[in-house]
Amino acid sequence: MKISLTVNGELRETEAWGGESLLYVLRERLDLPGSKNACEQGECGSCSVLLDGTLVCACLVLGAQADGHEVTTVEGLADGDRLHKVQEAYVQAGAVQCGFCTPGLVVATVDLLEANPSPSDDEIREALSGNLCRCTGYAKIFDAVRQAAAS
Amino acid sequence: MDVHSPRSLAEALALKAEIPDARFVQGGTDVLVELNFDRSRPAALINLNEVPELRGYGFEGDTMILGAGLTYAEAMAAPLAGKFPALAEASRTVGSPQIRNRGTIGGNLGTSSPAGDALPPLVIGDAEVCVASVRGERRVPISDFVLGVKKNALAPDELVVSVRMKPTGAPQTFMKVGPRNAMVIAVCSLALQVDRERGELRAAFGSSAPTVRLVTSRIDEADAFPARVAEAASPIDDVRGTAAYRRHALRVLTGRALERCFA
Repeated sequence: MKISLTVNGELRETEAWGGESLLYVLRERLDLPGSKNACEQGECGSCSVLLDGTLVCACLVLGAQADGHEVTTVEGLADGDRLHKVQEAYVQAGAVQCGFCTPGLVVATVDLLEANPSPSDDEIREALSGNLCRCTGYAKIFDAVRQAAAS
Repeated sequence: MDVHSPRSLAEALALKAEIPDARFVQGGTDVLVELNFDRSRPAALINLNEVPELRGYGFEGDTMILGAGLTYAEAMAAPLAGKFPALAEASRTVGSPQIRNRGTIGGNLGTSSPAGDALPPLVIGDAEVCVASVRGERRVPISDFVLGVKKNALAPDELVVSVRMKPTGAPQTFMKVGPRNAMVIAVCSLALQVDRERGELRAAFGSSAPTVRLVTSRIDEADAFPARVAEAASPIDDVRGTAAYRRHALRVLTGRALERCFA
């Protein structure tokens, strides 16, 4: 089937198989590999994107369900060479180790700060509870979120 | 696999009548996992995201009508959180923000898992499930809707359209046992309500029997209630916990929930 969706402000059209996820469409059809593919069951959050401005796991949305809708991926956050302030904070705080979880965490952090510009630690914990990082132990990630909130 | 995206309830029901083996998909938090892991290949998918009749909520007299497409994120926010506190607390324990933004109470009913977090609050609230097909609509009491592990009263051409439930104002709460606060399938769960006006205690537990079960008692027999709830369970040993632990935990949860609701 054919689907068309707006990704990072650009209207994109692609063929897709009915049963494939939005994540597959983004990575394999539209050449946007920023959103990562790991658990494929909504457990790890590494595929987090904004669908019509709402934080979702792209692995749990059908590509066909995004037809006619707007998607923002991690690739859409920076302004050319200028990183988004959340990305900048992750770099400055050293919140990236292997980097696999980073795109999902960055998108989730952007979503959090949009709704709540100065979150408490408990609010950060709840907002990022769907994003797993197996390297950092989360301390630097928390530093990054606090830094981004303050910037 | 064809994906149909009907634009109205009538269109969705006509499609299901035409292709009874088609699978409805709304939030996708259950269906996509099955597709991703090759556990099911339905004849077709009917995407409900574009059906406006399933969204939101409304009043009919003193009864609230919750659309089947109501997300957990919506159920845990104002004004619904004030009307149905146990449903709001249960919704907050579902998955993560990403999951709560997509998963719906209609999906929880459709899946009919004994671990469905929305189900115990609907059972203590005496909810009615409104289902529809091209043949018409009918209302099924929640206790008659879920029939077994992932089995329910839906005919092949039917869809859960909404849930009807009355806000009572009686204190109620929800509790869940799991290894962490997020991303947890309940080891066991409990919704409890203390209705002083009717002099009744109502509890419903999840993940401790093939279906969510209701246990009621007179309010003046509250001391014996934790043991009664534990006795009503028929839990199993599985990867998440043992039957003995679940029974014990239900007794403890019931005691705590009573304390919270009587406070």
